[in-house]
Amino acid sequence: MKRFILAALFFGLMLLAWEWAYRAKLWSPVLLPAPGQVAVYLKEAAADGTLAHATIITMRRLLVGYLVGLIGGLPLGLLTARWNVARDTIGTMALGLQTLPSVCWVPLALLWFGQSEAAMLFVVVMGTLWSVVIATETGVRNVPPIYRRAAMTMGSKGLHMWLKVVLPASLPFIVSGMKQGWAFAWRSLMAAEIFVTILTGFGLGQLLHYGRELSAMEQVIGIMLIIVVIGLLVDKIFFSPVETFLHRRWGTSNA
Amino acid sequence: MTRPHDYSTAKEELQPIAPSKLVIENVSKSFRASSGTVLALDRVSLNVAEGEFVCLVGASGCGKSTLLSIIAGLEKPDSGTVFADGKRVSGPGRERLVMFQEPALFPWLNVLSNVLFGLNLKHNLSRKDRLDVARYYLELVGLTRFERANTHELSGGMKQRVALARALAPNPRVLLMDEPFAALDALTRDQLYGDLQKIWQARRKTIVFVTHNVREAACLGDRVLLFSPHPGRIQEEFVIDLPRPRDINRIDLAEYANRISTALKDIGRTERKPALV
Repeated sequence: MKRFILAALFFGLMLLAWEWAYRAKLWSPVLLPAPGQVAVYLKEAAADGTLAHATIITMRRLLVGYLVGLIGGLPLGLLTARWNVARDTIGTMALGLQTLPSVCWVPLALLWFGQSEAAMLFVVVMGTLWSVVIATETGVRNVPPIYRRAAMTMGSKGLHMWLKVVLPASLPFIVSGMKQGWAFAWRSLMAAEIFVTILTGFGLGQLLHYGRELSAMEQVIGIMLIIVVIGLLVDKIFFSPVETFLHRRWGTSNA
Repeated sequence: MTRPHDYSTAKEELQPIAPSKLVIENVSKSFRASSGTVLALDRVSLNVAEGEFVCLVGASGCGKSTLLSIIAGLEKPDSGTVFADGKRVSGPGRERLVMFQEPALFPWLNVLSNVLFGLNLKHNLSRKDRLDVARYYLELVGLTRFERANTHELSGGMKQRVALARALAPNPRVLLMDEPFAALDALTRDQLYGDLQKIWQARRKTIVFVTHNVREAACLGDRVLLFSPHPGRIQEEFVIDLPRPRDINRIDLAEYANRISTALKDIGRTERKPALV
């Protein structure tokens, strides 16, 4: 409770400072709208459905791309952990491509797929896939050999060993890889939406982009806030509980 | 669902089964180390009778743990053969379960699920029967209250008790123990000596127990085999003729321990020491 009050106080103060900066005319009102104006924009956008529509479109792209990245990344990670040949080839490629900022995929995606959903999907998948591959490989390689030995003596082998020992043992690594993959997917999708106008639907990134074109700062800031809130919510609703569970089970933190 | 014809109940599963006879014939094993090839075991032969408790004692690096891994089937000998009940050992199998120096409990499972791990691989048991068997062994090691606990919440001694329950649960014929109590404090250890002897008598297992603690060996073993290092060989055999359960602090036990200890020191003296730089 005390923590909640402190946090509320902090964000309240931030809002106050913003309002004060607006009233003191530190910047031109065109560049810095008042918190109230942003709230009004968000209310209107929510009322006429623009916001919900854009959020759904963005989340759908994100989710599909993220899932494809996970479904492709996990087996590839297991493969690179299991066979050194795969590690030297796919693993090295994953390591290299992971260092490539995901915006860099946008020009290529545009030329290959045109202004289409496929281009969006491609950019998100490229943002997710490689970090999941690397995290999975690291996780599997870090499984203490004693777990395998203990499981082997109890008669575990083959698929059972992978499903019941290797995968759960590497879970902490895999989850942090999934989290990183999520962050990368989110970033790459926003980059793609800002750069690519496609007719199959306007996402949050596109709203951001048109906010700039129209010099509608309250729209730009409003959408940025929405993007931040979505990121926070996903973290709190999905990743935090999983991480807390892992920490409790493994005893890696008292949090 | 129809029951497979080899279906068994928890009650049947908990019946003591005949312990194994182990025959180890001319087993050799060498390792490549940075300093050259090390002969860890040199034509070691050994028979362990059904239900016998044998302790392997020796300085570190004398090959006793390697021999245990070979009996377990976790490692392959360069030459020689291990037979369990007349059948050649070619890989790990749950008739021969291993307890390691580390508890090696799975952190992603709670205590009960850890004990269930080996049982889940026995497909002739129903879920309820597996639970009954797992709970029976948790009670045997005195941890019933902790079945829902996470492994990291247990003390070192409790962890080893869980590891013991996990190793006992699939009802193996042989228990292979690799310095299982070495990392525990003396008080916990003393308690576990009593528990292990009780369990061994109740469950009738063949046990091969590796240790470098001569007193521990004299307390637990029917026979104590002394290993000499470089190359690893069985140097001497001591038959411990004392009634059970034995208390680690018995006077006559100390005499056995002294004899083994003296023999161990003699090996240390006659062995050529590598020159110090």
